[in-house]
Amino acid sequence: MNAFRYAQARDAASAMAALAADPRARYIAGGTNVVDLMKEGVERPSLLVDITQLPLRGIDRTATGVRVGALALMSDVADHPAIARDYPVVAQALLASASPQLRNMATIGGNLMQRTRCAYFRDVSQHCNKRAPGTGCAAISGVNRRHAVVGGSEQCICTHASDLAVALLSVDAIVHVRGRAGERTVPLERFHVLPGSTPQRETVLEHGDLITAVELPASAAARNSYYLKVRDRASYEFALVSVAAALNVAGGRIRAARVALGGVAPTPWRAHAAEAALLGRPATGGTFAAAAEAATRGMKGYGQNDFKIVLVRRAVNRALQHVGAIA
Amino acid sequence: MSGLVGAPVDRVDGRLKVTGAAKYSAEIALPGLVYGVMVLSTTASGTSQVDADAARRAPGVIAVMTPQNAPRVDSGGNGAGDRTLMVLQDEVVRYDRQPVAVVVADTFERATDAAAMVRVRYAAAPAVTRFDAAAEYKPASGGRDVDKHKGDAAAALAQAAVKVDGTYIVPVEHHNPMEPHATVAQWDGDQLTVYESTQGVINARRTLAQTFGIPTASVRVVSKFIGGGFGGKGSVWPHAVLAAMAAKLVNRPVKIVLSRPQMFGSVGFRPQTVQRVALGAGSDGRLSAIIHETSAQTSVFDEFMAGTGAISAVLYGTPNLTITHRLRRLNTSTPTFMRAPGEACGSFALESAMDELAYATGIDPVELRLRNDTQVDADGKPFSSRALREALRQGAERFGWSRRDPRPRSMRDGRLLVGMGVAAASYPTHRSAASALVRVNADGTALVQSSGVDIGTGAYTVFTQIAAEQLGLPVEQVRIELGDSAFPAAPNAGGSQLTASAGSAIKLAALDARAKLLALARGDASALIGGAAAIAALMRTGGVETIEGRSDAKPGDDAQKYAMHSFGAQFAEVRVDPDLGTVRVVRFVNAFGAGRILNEKTARSQYIGGAVWGIGMALLEHTRYDERSGRIMTANLAEYLVPVNADVPAIEPIIIPEDDPHVNEIGVKGIGEIGIVGAAAAIANAVYHATGKRVRDLPITPEKLLA
Amino acid sequence: MDVGKVTRRRFLVRAALPTIAAGVGIGSPRLCALAQAAASVSVLPASGPGPMPVTLNVNGRAHELRIEPRVTLLDALRERLALTGTKKGCDQGTCGACTVLVDGRRVNACLTLAVMVQRKAITTIEGLADGDQLHPMQAAFLAHDGFQCGYCTPGQILSAVALLAEKRATDEASVREWMSGNICRCGAYPNIVAAVRSVAGQPS
Repeated sequence: MNAFRYAQARDAASAMAALAADPRARYIAGGTNVVDLMKEGVERPSLLVDITQLPLRGIDRTATGVRVGALALMSDVADHPAIARDYPVVAQALLASASPQLRNMATIGGNLMQRTRCAYFRDVSQHCNKRAPGTGCAAISGVNRRHAVVGGSEQCICTHASDLAVALLSVDAIVHVRGRAGERTVPLERFHVLPGSTPQRETVLEHGDLITAVELPASAAARNSYYLKVRDRASYEFALVSVAAALNVAGGRIRAARVALGGVAPTPWRAHAAEAALLGRPATGGTFAAAAEAATRGMKGYGQNDFKIVLVRRAVNRALQHVGAIA
Repeated sequence: MSGLVGAPVDRVDGRLKVTGAAKYSAEIALPGLVYGVMVLSTTASGTSQVDADAARRAPGVIAVMTPQNAPRVDSGGNGAGDRTLMVLQDEVVRYDRQPVAVVVADTFERATDAAAMVRVRYAAAPAVTRFDAAAEYKPASGGRDVDKHKGDAAAALAQAAVKVDGTYIVPVEHHNPMEPHATVAQWDGDQLTVYESTQGVINARRTLAQTFGIPTASVRVVSKFIGGGFGGKGSVWPHAVLAAMAAKLVNRPVKIVLSRPQMFGSVGFRPQTVQRVALGAGSDGRLSAIIHETSAQTSVFDEFMAGTGAISAVLYGTPNLTITHRLRRLNTSTPTFMRAPGEACGSFALESAMDELAYATGIDPVELRLRNDTQVDADGKPFSSRALREALRQGAERFGWSRRDPRPRSMRDGRLLVGMGVAAASYPTHRSAASALVRVNADGTALVQSSGVDIGTGAYTVFTQIAAEQLGLPVEQVRIELGDSAFPAAPNAGGSQLTASAGSAIKLAALDARAKLLALARGDASALIGGAAAIAALMRTGGVETIEGRSDAKPGDDAQKYAMHSFGAQFAEVRVDPDLGTVRVVRFVNAFGAGRILNEKTARSQYIGGAVWGIGMALLEHTRYDERSGRIMTANLAEYLVPVNADVPAIEPIIIPEDDPHVNEIGVKGIGEIGIVGAAAAIANAVYHATGKRVRDLPITPEKLLA
Repeated sequence: MDVGKVTRRRFLVRAALPTIAAGVGIGSPRLCALAQAAASVSVLPASGPGPMPVTLNVNGRAHELRIEPRVTLLDALRERLALTGTKKGCDQGTCGACTVLVDGRRVNACLTLAVMVQRKAITTIEGLADGDQLHPMQAAFLAHDGFQCGYCTPGQILSAVALLAEKRATDEASVREWMSGNICRCGAYPNIVAAVRSVAGQPS
């Protein structure tokens, strides 16, 4: 780990000012991602601004849903009765994440900011456009079993590691951000950006922007939601493929549908084609199978990860059967 | 206390372990200790040019050791130690993660940071990184184990009424003990003391003495507690030598602890094996031919061969047998022993093939194995004892094998497919010369000393039990000290032989002490009854301060007369999600006849651990290389998966009592390795039963079941 | 940057708002905003990269250290405080050997910077027993042979102690799942589950 300075922020403004004054400064909260990457030499901050004392831990019901403070711990959010009842997909994704210890450390805001597990990104001896722009993407013709089958580019085919973000995508979560120009909101779907030709850029945040909260709008679909995580090991592993499905079925017809995928793209991935194949249709096995097929549209494997495309189809179908009460 | 041996005594070192008081090598505190961190190569072949200027200027850095300033040592390959060690004697890089420099600094953080500042440029040389691209050759080492021929297996196979013929692949696996390799080295003049996470202090002492060209007596190696070894800590690896070299260079004690990614470097691994197993049989299932051909990898500079096919000479009788071993040289570090080297992989191939033969003949897999049971090995030697039949019978009974519908995909649990699989197991009984000391103190208590290392097997406990039983003492009145080369010599805790070797020596030393006590009592055995108090009284009366029992135990000639092996049977039940391809083991029963069991509690733990390793081997473990560079891209515990708690079901070991007078003085056969033998095959066979898909290349990950 | 000067300036800001600064916390958005407004004129004082004073409260005892901010809690315990019961298995948050309790909750010490857990109560394996009296979980691990090499054991035990407090260990399957953040390469899992369940009062 490189040498760095450390400051504990008592308030958001001074934390943001500290980052504004130093382009190599970074926030630290749970530390589970940034400390890990610092040990690998991937992150080399000059200054760590400890934001854990900022009053952003609350999990509060609002008129329209639930507002989760950015510093709320993953375990606390998973345990919150309103989350478990109104957003089961979120609670399930959290409990399928990492380990109990890590969930006691990691925060909701930090989880959205976590960086890819791509082995080439983590290994500073290897070529990686995200870590060292212009060096090439070694994963495209390398060890890529865990890599993206959609949303990548010739510059980067990494996968986003978060379970939570996939679940949040399926409930139309909104990220609250405090920046130089004040507060703003960003729908989660527009929060992460695809690598394109700039894989080093992962979110819409500017340096120094601070996530303050994530807002979860209440909906009938969110209440009827489910997270399916497929992995080699029974626990404590990142997803090979995951599916967050939320469905509102009334009178046998699908009134609202959200399908989000994890482990398949450089960002949490919204399967719009699958949703379109569901909306307005009867909640039947045939509909779900067609939607599962649609979810794989445009997916492309790179060898070791070819299987993910079949797995996506199967997993989406399974998740839809679960929320569609066909099982 | 008679009856003590065999009893499920709690581990005598358990209290130290549950309170955190047990000190492992990296935890040895010495005055003036400084931290060494290795810089490892990032390419598999070439020459390195190290620029350490920035690192040398970094805060707290004491020295950067490179080929330019490294002390000269004998790096092996010509007599020193059992391996060639890449320890900064030249700039040639032969494998990924080979040491190219060592940074020594006053703190761990500063040493690690400075190590990252070392710039290394490589002049690349061609590397062999693909198994398929490496030429196959017949190994020079390995002796008579390389090839074995009996009858004409090829002809018998051609004529067989039923035959199966398959290729089975086990990929590279890494031991990944929870405790990373660690060395603390200190020089006092020409005397070297090394606190080393090793499975054998005597072996380590010899290697270090030869490497540094100093007398064995000038080296002391201490390994009191080691956080798992599994064969990976059976050798001296570069970091241990480098720590001692660095300690010489900076004239202070130096500690080197490997990071988890470094654990995929110079500390060995299970080599990839590609095995062809062909079986010929009559329609009654009786084997007429076994062909077991193994191709395995070794490094470009050393030869390592595990007897992968050896199990095919032991498990079943056949008139025609061919076993061959071939190697391929790749630019990797040299492979090494890993839990049941040879048998773990060999049994996956043979016992998968037996399952295939069961389906080809329509004979129940348990029955097929019983039909091919034999009382002699392939050389015609009778077994000293053999519990295969009993293990299969009792295992099948406990497991509920009769409930199995043999048709593939015939059993379901809701949407999940149910599979049940069986495999047989065997592992040879090894034994080496060992010595021991049992000292009886004036207060009647005893002290046992052996240089053997308890790597978690329970050696501290069973050795205490052995001595206590002979002396008629409760275990609390026997103190035991292990893991110090200053103590009487014992072999490595490897090959499941430490208990057979050092345990026998301890029994003989305790008998020697007991004989001396009896002499003191003028032959009145009743004077020894009553524990420490009685013995203390006897010694007081006799005017004796201490009594020392010593022994030099050696293998007898029974090993020439008998084939000595443990045998067992593995039964696995799996649930397979047919849509998602995920496999979970839900039940596991294993049964073993392994001679006398010294402690039922720790023995069961060994068997359970073997099954857990089988789960890892069958379903998870796989070291993946980038074939362009030879770089390992799964060098951490999030990418190299080992089982977690949720992967492991209830495991029910069955201990089959066995009284074998031939193996050694204490009648044990060794239990550390047989637990994994056949375990992966049992799971793979269960997966076939569940799905109808025969996966011949491990691990069985979802992509192999999705198609 | 002139650290001394900045520190004094910040001190003045804080001194002007003593009660407010102390009252800042969850559920007091107004006070929070006020404090932020007042502080926005200040620049955060930073420590490091050299050694800085850090106080760690471990097993009820305060330890004063001078360490760089990059020192993890794990290395502070093992290399500075000689509390080597907490183990380093991976140093990457992937094995759980370093599990300790911070304010009663289990965390991985390897990914925790020591400087960030000052003023928190840290419990390590050395703080679990009451003198010679083993904690019930320690005794259960011993009785059920819930370990072999012993290296992952302190982390397993602290994880298990936390698990019982979390009230998630309702049955065998949940114990397995909630103990999955602690890898045991020896494969003692079934015995670990038995130990945890015995302390939880569940039949095994």
